Amino acid sequence: MTDATAPMGADVPKKARKSSLYGTDDRTKKRNAAEKRFQMYGIAAIGIGIFFLVILLVSIVRSGVPAFTQTFIEVPVYLNEEVLDPNGNRDPDDLRRVSTFGYAPLIDQAIFNQVQQTEGLTTTLEDASDMRKMVSASAPAILRDYVLANPDEIGETVDFRILAASRVDGYMKDRVTRESVARDKNIDAAHLDLVDQLVEAGTIKREFNWDFITGADASENRPEQAGIGVAMIGSFFMMLVVLVLSLPIGVAASIYLEEFAPKNRFTDLIEVNISNLAAVPSIVFGILGLAVFIQFAHLPQSAPLVGGLVLTLMTLPTIIISTRASLKAVPPSIRDAALGVGASKMQAVFHHVLPLAAPGILTGTIIGLAQALGETAPLLLIGMVGYIATNYPEGIASGFLDPNSSMPAQIYEWSKRADPAYYERAWGGIIILLLFLMTMNIIAIILRRRFERRW
Amino acid sequence: MYDTPKSGVDVDAREVKISARGVQVFYGDTHAIKDVDVEIQDKMVTAFIGPSGCGKSTFLRCLNRMNDTIDICRVEGNINLDGENIYDAKVDPVQLRAKVGMVFQKPNPFPKSIYDNIAYGPRIHGLAKNKADLDEIVEKSLRRGAIWDEVKDRLHAPGTGLSGGQQQRLCIARAVATEPEVLLMDEPCSALDPIATAQVEELIDELRGNYSVVIVTHSMQQAARVSQKTAFFHLGNLVEFGETGQIFTNPEDPRTESYITGRIG
Repeated sequence: MTDATAPMGADVPKKARKSSLYGTDDRTKKRNAAEKRFQMYGIAAIGIGIFFLVILLVSIVRSGVPAFTQTFIEVPVYLNEEVLDPNGNRDPDDLRRVSTFGYAPLIDQAIFNQVQQTEGLTTTLEDASDMRKMVSASAPAILRDYVLANPDEIGETVDFRILAASRVDGYMKDRVTRESVARDKNIDAAHLDLVDQLVEAGTIKREFNWDFITGADASENRPEQAGIGVAMIGSFFMMLVVLVLSLPIGVAASIYLEEFAPKNRFTDLIEVNISNLAAVPSIVFGILGLAVFIQFAHLPQSAPLVGGLVLTLMTLPTIIISTRASLKAVPPSIRDAALGVGASKMQAVFHHVLPLAAPGILTGTIIGLAQALGETAPLLLIGMVGYIATNYPEGIASGFLDPNSSMPAQIYEWSKRADPAYYERAWGGIIILLLFLMTMNIIAIILRRRFERRW
Repeated sequence: MYDTPKSGVDVDAREVKISARGVQVFYGDTHAIKDVDVEIQDKMVTAFIGPSGCGKSTFLRCLNRMNDTIDICRVEGNINLDGENIYDAKVDPVQLRAKVGMVFQKPNPFPKSIYDNIAYGPRIHGLAKNKADLDEIVEKSLRRGAIWDEVKDRLHAPGTGLSGGQQQRLCIARAVATEPEVLLMDEPCSALDPIATAQVEELIDELRGNYSVVIVTHSMQQAARVSQKTAFFHLGNLVEFGETGQIFTNPEDPRTESYITGRIG
């Protein structure tokens, strides 16, 4: 603008000649200032981004790490034969007849004995049944499973690691305080006093919680038993479906569109629609999946197969777009070279173009898979959430067809539950999910670095 | 300043390899080649010269149907190779391209080993029965490409690691590996330095013994040095076609004269 209004004439070059290189004129100063300002904006933007990223990571780790440890009460349990096997013949059917209610008093008694044997311990709790509130509701079931698996140990005293109740666990992790206990009928201050003393005695320990990583979800009031393992298996089977379907379909579609299809209105329309599909909210894919796969095709509800199909639909546009981009990035001279020595179009594509595009395709696929792995919304609609994933699938077919959950859906499910212990589990689940996503992204980066070829 | 045509070549006695009659090429609505008639003879170098955008490369690409890969490109007229119309519906362009090899402006070796670069064509056309055959073809082709001595010790090194001139000779070797009858070269030296250019030109002169070579070039000196016949294209028309010596010393058309003396272009 100012150039045009600057005086034109013989005196301009003269003036320019007078100016020294050592001083900066006003225009240059302004330009430099503008550049500096722009850099500051950029640094500020990056700074804000990093700041929030750090806050996010710190809060995730702080809230989630406690989920990886769990409080256990280690006591010798006397497996009373009169209670567990009144007939004394170790018949599995007879053993099964004793329900968890039969086992609970054994645990109470075991802890009570330990409390009484520990020297210098004072407590107002004077009855074995008072110990019940310190023990997880799942503990009798775990003990029962152990006995059913090892019937020959009935009648003996076995050292057992008993899962503590979530309030005890919370007290160990500073989640439960004496103030909050005052209004809590699940546990009393007397129990907390006892816990303090048992910790000192080494009976109550906080240990790494493998069950959180490998275990199954538990019901609403037993957060101490809940794990993400089964949901992880659900996610794994879904990712298998997504990979097996979306990679070949996506790559075939992109190769056809990019290399073979005539350029006309119809292919333009397809192209526009693929780009649009990539931007469609994922919940819409969930509704589509519900309508097509479950209501129309009558595939089983809540099954990883259906979840995988829905996520395939969602991932396909991502894979097609990234595959086409990497095919486009292969220089046309390579195609010319191949055609020039008499390769057919397909030979040119499969022998030369595709290998060069492979790192890009793989990267796109892994990023698409990572996206699908973290997707929750479409799974809500096909019922992969709300189901309590209590069992491991029995084999591969069951893995695909039996109801299951997925990691993000499990996290969502936990975050809905009332018990604050589930809040901690949700954060722990997020840590595991993020680890998976980070691993996948790192693999993508490594693949890109390793196989990137220069020409 | 221009060399005379290579001595001992009786230009008109050679049999016609490619004969083009009334060739028209359209890119969409653009009329790129207008009614070109040209006869390319066997065992001889034919040069196409002309200013940028005159259609010489387009015409060259018609000769092995490389233009088929461009959607909007349409070719009319007859181009016969040994009397057979290459645009006939029965002709598979893949087979045609095995007979009519091509070398491109920018050296474009495959990002594979030198050996695989040469072996690719023979492999897909089934020219070698076994590994020994293939080794022989590779060696013969690299010798013909005048690059054997430079690469014989590193046949499994990547072809993209060679210098520009070596890459272009590798591409020429790759083109001759499929035993073509005609070799099309689209400005093969434009990306090369003068020394590499001289090597490639020498190679072209040797290749003339076995193939019909058609070369598109921007350098009139190069056309004069390597070719026996020259065609001058201007604005999509074939202005003049004749013996190289005659085109450069005594052109018939005033446009040719203007171009070679540097007045248009």
